[in-house]
Amino acid sequence: MSKETFLTSTLGRKLLMGLTGLFLIGFLVVHVSLNSLIFLNDHGATFNKGAHFMSHNIVIRIMEVGLFAGLIAHMVLALQLTLKNNKARPVKYAMTNGNANSSWYSRSMGILGSLLLMFLVVHLANFWIPTKIAVFNETEHNTFEDMKVVFSKWYFVSVYMVGVIALSYHLLHGFQSAFQSLGMNHRKYSPLVRKVGILFAIGVPVIFAAMPLVIAFGLIK
Amino acid sequence: MSHEGGMNLTLKVWKQKNSKTEGHLETYPVSDISPDMSFLEMFDVLNEKLISTGKEPIAFDHDCREGICGMCSMHINGRPHGPKGGITTCQLHMRSFKDGDTIVVEPWRAAAFPVVKDLVVDRSSFDRIIAAGGYVSVNTGNAKDANNILIPKTDADDAFNAAACIGCGACVAACKNASAMLFVSAKISQLSLLPQGQIERTSRAENMIAVMDEEGFGNCTNTGACEAECPKEISLENIARMNREFFSAKVLANKK
Repeated sequence: MSKETFLTSTLGRKLLMGLTGLFLIGFLVVHVSLNSLIFLNDHGATFNKGAHFMSHNIVIRIMEVGLFAGLIAHMVLALQLTLKNNKARPVKYAMTNGNANSSWYSRSMGILGSLLLMFLVVHLANFWIPTKIAVFNETEHNTFEDMKVVFSKWYFVSVYMVGVIALSYHLLHGFQSAFQSLGMNHRKYSPLVRKVGILFAIGVPVIFAAMPLVIAFGLIK
Repeated sequence: MSHEGGMNLTLKVWKQKNSKTEGHLETYPVSDISPDMSFLEMFDVLNEKLISTGKEPIAFDHDCREGICGMCSMHINGRPHGPKGGITTCQLHMRSFKDGDTIVVEPWRAAAFPVVKDLVVDRSSFDRIIAAGGYVSVNTGNAKDANNILIPKTDADDAFNAAACIGCGACVAACKNASAMLFVSAKISQLSLLPQGQIERTSRAENMIAVMDEEGFGNCTNTGACEAECPKEISLENIARMNREFFSAKVLANKK
């Protein structure tokens, strides 16, 4: 007994899942704050300054490596946990009524996460890769112009809408779930955590969703 | 025999010879069922009829028939212990169904709960988890005065609520991952909250969770299905407490 090490046990993996999730939530705060600079409606001048800082500052660039590590860890752990979960029930029920005891999105974190990953591939190809190429070539890059080009196409706007909806439901379960996995369940503070989680899971995706829409409809130029 | 209010139902019941063979759903019509019968009594009526016509009765687990033994493990219409909350199958009455209903009855489905026969599953994996640490060491001798050890009311209440777990396995059956964490967390909590449980506190959390993982239960994804289906309404707070017990055991035990 006790042959398991801390971080390979089921509970240890869940702990890491929660910690990386909260780390990624922290990234979302930075991302949504910086991108909200486009709402100043100054032809992206302030936003581009911020984007330039994020792509050139050495501290941010080191943190970016950590961000990818956290994201990959979150995905690998999810895969490992899901594989074990599937093995735990080899014969499925002929009839299940999951909606009677839990929310559909809490049971669909893997599907929502996979949707987010697909969105992320498109998203990185749209903005991150062009910025990296510009930094590598030491040329000036106008990320705001990129946004205007991408969001002039209806199919990209649709992909981003699906992305933020998946993000919203993923956060709706993930935010409070992370605290539970960390062992933080408190009679006074958990109701607050759940409320903040709901506000975050709706608020952040709504702000993100507004960005392609205001550009597509020409409200921000 | 027919009397007013008798229900006619179609049952689809899982039939499986043993853990080695594959099972299938078999259809049984039942008629003239009183709405005041318990779900198990309805099965008794069906089995009597099967026996009298020379057919094999359906094997199902049952014992106390008053909601405290945790034996009656039936997954009814997609939910452990059927459509009502906070009860076991023996506490479910036929008035919870409508005349003409089709009811699907399956055994608990989990790799750690192999089917013995039909609706009977082997839950001895739970016993092995308990054996790994679900106990306290006590000195033999005369019984001590009950008030020798003071216990805060809130701790006593939480421990008692966790101790209400009857080990029925509905949490595993309800969980989409077949995770046993509500059961294990209740068994860890009821002891770790009390002074008598402090001696084995760290080894208990480590050993019980290690066996839980070995037995092949899934991971918790915090859907809350276990809490919603638990006949004793054991709280998810216990799972968070188990996480804390485990993390602190791994860090504070100070061993290699």
